[in-house]
Amino acid sequence: MSNELEVSLYVLVLAVPLGLELVRRVSPLLHTPLMSLTNAISAISVVGAILIAGAGDSQTLSQVLGCVAVTFATINIVAGFLITDRMLKMFKKKETK
Amino acid sequence: MTPGAEATPGIWQVAYIVAALTIVLSIKWLASPVTARRGVISGEFGLLFAIVGTLLRQEVVNFEWILVCMAIGTAIGVPLAYLMPMTAVPQLTALSHAFGAFAAALVGTADYYKSIAQGHPFTGATMAAIVIETVLGYLTCTASVMAFGKLQDLVPTRPMTYKGQNFVNVALLVFAVALGVWMIYEPAPAWVFPAYTVLSLLFGVLLIMPIGGGDMPTVIALLNSYAGAACCAMGFALGNRLLIIAGAVNASSGFILSVIMCKAMNRSFTNVLFGAFGQVQAGASTKMAQRPVRSATPEDAAEILSSARKVIVVPGYGMAVAQAQHKLRELADSLIKRGVDVQFAIHPVAGRMPGHMNVLLAEADIPYDRLHEMEDINQDFAETDVALVIGANDVVNPAARHDKTSPIYGMPILDVDKAQTVMVIKRSMNPGFAGIDNELYYMPRTLMLFGDAKAVVGEIAKELPVHA
Repeated sequence: MSNELEVSLYVLVLAVPLGLELVRRVSPLLHTPLMSLTNAISAISVVGAILIAGAGDSQTLSQVLGCVAVTFATINIVAGFLITDRMLKMFKKKETK
Repeated sequence: MTPGAEATPGIWQVAYIVAALTIVLSIKWLASPVTARRGVISGEFGLLFAIVGTLLRQEVVNFEWILVCMAIGTAIGVPLAYLMPMTAVPQLTALSHAFGAFAAALVGTADYYKSIAQGHPFTGATMAAIVIETVLGYLTCTASVMAFGKLQDLVPTRPMTYKGQNFVNVALLVFAVALGVWMIYEPAPAWVFPAYTVLSLLFGVLLIMPIGGGDMPTVIALLNSYAGAACCAMGFALGNRLLIIAGAVNASSGFILSVIMCKAMNRSFTNVLFGAFGQVQAGASTKMAQRPVRSATPEDAAEILSSARKVIVVPGYGMAVAQAQHKLRELADSLIKRGVDVQFAIHPVAGRMPGHMNVLLAEADIPYDRLHEMEDINQDFAETDVALVIGANDVVNPAARHDKTSPIYGMPILDVDKAQTVMVIKRSMNPGFAGIDNELYYMPRTLMLFGDAKAVVGEIAKELPVHA
């Protein structure tokens, strides 16, 4: 097993329990915003999309696919964050009158 | 990387580490409504650092198209987020999943063809990562589109089943896995990857077809988990640890939520995915439908409500469909002004996604300290004068407690039948999405108010001042 892969696997085995622990603490009140926030974060695949779209050595097919991927990932990021923010703005503790 | 380069890490590497940190913090801060908005900002910075860091990498030399594509994506994403009404949040989330997963799958596809074009096809661990990334990406994409269709009523929400369905699905999956394994072990012929892609896309559609609308909370959470896992796999394919961390945090988030949803329905994962809920019991419900019910007018309801001391409102998907949350707030406000104690009881699977009801009530400016989870409020029903059920059905069905033949037997429910009076606002006597009859409606203490939830709640609110 290459060293690279080994380090990556270590990162994975640490990140999974961390994620489970963090999410367990989120109040059920906020489960919908949690979903849309993680939805936006999952669009971090934009990193892979930029790398393939911007690489000098990609052939045309890969570049086109990469560009389409950048577009879709961006929609995901923008829509995900905006809707989360829109929802959270509405959560108020006291009556405002 | 040369030893010299290792001593001075690139700016992008620092940006990635900051991005990983802010993403982890963003979920930590989302834990409480007090810090939640800080969490969103932190997440936004996380993505910003990730994108800027990537653009600064030496490998990235073509910027024009990337910036154009980002501009297009933003131009589509902004109206999408602002024009959708709050009741459509589940659909929007499903659609957004579809986009993100599609992007991940395309990256896997592009990486695969790039390696072929350069004459050294991937094998082993990298290919395994790409295989997992593409299958999860494509199936999540079509599955999310299907979920969107069901939530938006473009596709029938009832489970669609046919004989041998599970066999077809499993056969398809086995075939796809076989192709995947083939590609991992040796460079496969040119037709294999496209075939693999088509199978993945098809599997996503077939996966959602037999799942009913009421199981969408579990399914959307599960799709969220798959999207995260696809991202994680991409991290392995590219040797990018930021993707692994973000993907893993995401995958575990979706996984936990779907486990919570399954528990709230007392069902297993396999039952949700392969059970085709709602089909089996359609026959059993017809024989009960003849029993008498007590119906009431909004005037009666207003009379009873205004003389109550304590009222617990139980909202369900019907409230979302009728957009009744604003009228409900007006009603709650006038009752509170009359000294009535008004609280809201939220079942974990009420609505079409986890936490759906909380968002709608928050939209109507109902403060969140009046919203209570099932475990916290269930013992209060016994000392409640009126339980007002608005568009909820299965989550208040007492059959879940005692009727072993009921498909929902064992599911934790809100004990509204313990209240002095139960009022149910419902469009008609038609059973809910699952086709299960609800004995609550036939109890002597139950009053049925037939009509559109928004109209009925509005009328009750209007009747109140007269009686004051």
